[in-house]
Amino acid sequence: MDVEKYIASGILEQYVAGTLSEEENLEVQHYAIEHQEIQHEIESIEKAVLEVTRAASPGLMPKSFEALRNELNEVIPFEPNIKRKSAAWTNYLGWAASLLFALGLLWLYLENDQLKSKIEVVTEEKTSVEKQILDIRNEMTHTEDLLNQLRDQNVDVVALGGQTASPKAYAKAYWNKKAKKVFIDAQGLPEPPPGFNYQVWSLKLDPLTPTSIGLLENFVLNENKVFELENPNESQAFGITLEPEGGSESPTLEQLYTLGATGP
Amino acid sequence: MDLDTLISKFQKKDVAAFEQLHSMYAENILGVINNIVQNPERSEEICQDVFVKIWNNANGFNPSKGRFFTWLLNIARNAAIDELRSKSHKNWKKNLSTNYFVGNLEAHDDMDSKIDIIGLRKLLKGLKEKCTELIELLYFKGFTQKEVAEQLNIPIGTVKTRNRSCISQIRENMKI
Repeated sequence: MDVEKYIASGILEQYVAGTLSEEENLEVQHYAIEHQEIQHEIESIEKAVLEVTRAASPGLMPKSFEALRNELNEVIPFEPNIKRKSAAWTNYLGWAASLLFALGLLWLYLENDQLKSKIEVVTEEKTSVEKQILDIRNEMTHTEDLLNQLRDQNVDVVALGGQTASPKAYAKAYWNKKAKKVFIDAQGLPEPPPGFNYQVWSLKLDPLTPTSIGLLENFVLNENKVFELENPNESQAFGITLEPEGGSESPTLEQLYTLGATGP
Repeated sequence: MDLDTLISKFQKKDVAAFEQLHSMYAENILGVINNIVQNPERSEEICQDVFVKIWNNANGFNPSKGRFFTWLLNIARNAAIDELRSKSHKNWKKNLSTNYFVGNLEAHDDMDSKIDIIGLRKLLKGLKEKCTELIELLYFKGFTQKEVAEQLNIPIGTVKTRNRSCISQIRENMKI
């Protein structure tokens, strides 16, 4: 390109005035980079405009920039940052509050759950204690009932002493002749071996006639070891023998554990 | 420090660089504003505002769109014209195009003005009225080539060539 002609066209003066289009501006810059003369010419034109505009100034006040600096200080220092910070702070506050709230809810939920299970445990305990009380009351009633029956004025007490098969064994028979019942207190008898039961016999002496009045069934499970049996016989003595499970027709005398006579 | 480095520092909010740019261009900006507003005190305030605006909008300057000074000129002119508009709603455009200040220096001889009349006379020595008017419209008042052509009643091509010759005359005068 013809640099002289390009400069002479007056486009550089327009460039400095700022009246060119964007494309023309880019073109001028492109040539200015390529050609030193064009760059110098632009600077010289600008210098002339600077001279004229400067001469037209009514004169800046002294320390004009100091006044400006104060305004810059007002505008710039960290104000957007402070705003951003405070905005962030309130954001975090919101998050923190909701987190606390959520934690609180969770705590309440867990606490409630724990209380519920505690209530369940206590309710269970209460039911169990109630059952125990009921059991004890039943037992007591039963025992009282038993005691009343044993204390009945129609009851004869017969002590049964230990025999050869088991010299240390003992038992007591509480015989209510009127009610035709006998209560055997078998506290002093050893536990029968598996497959055997104690059998209670009503005896008549002269001649010796044994009549079975029953088995001491569930010996191990009977806690107070008092057994109630029917006895319609005119008994003169009671004996207890160990017999195979289910009992025998006649007593096995070798296994006679206790024996005692009634009446005077 | 060359101009490009200075501008780049200013764009990174370097106050010292900004102060240097201010010392380089503030009088020129004030000259342009006062040429339009014709009130030195008010012009000084506007000039201050213009520099605050420049600082806050430092990244608005794009070297691919022209010279830094040209960018400043444009902002200053717009601020001054805004002032003119707010002062005289209807006649601001007429006032802007008919009040020649630089080209009519004799009219200001009697003013208690700090304007460098002697300097201006020296710079504009030998320039015809058509030249000074064109300079004033293009550089001080920010008229487009088309607007200048209409205002001075000359073809657009002539605006270009006459602009070149007028600036060249000023450059000659600067050497004296």
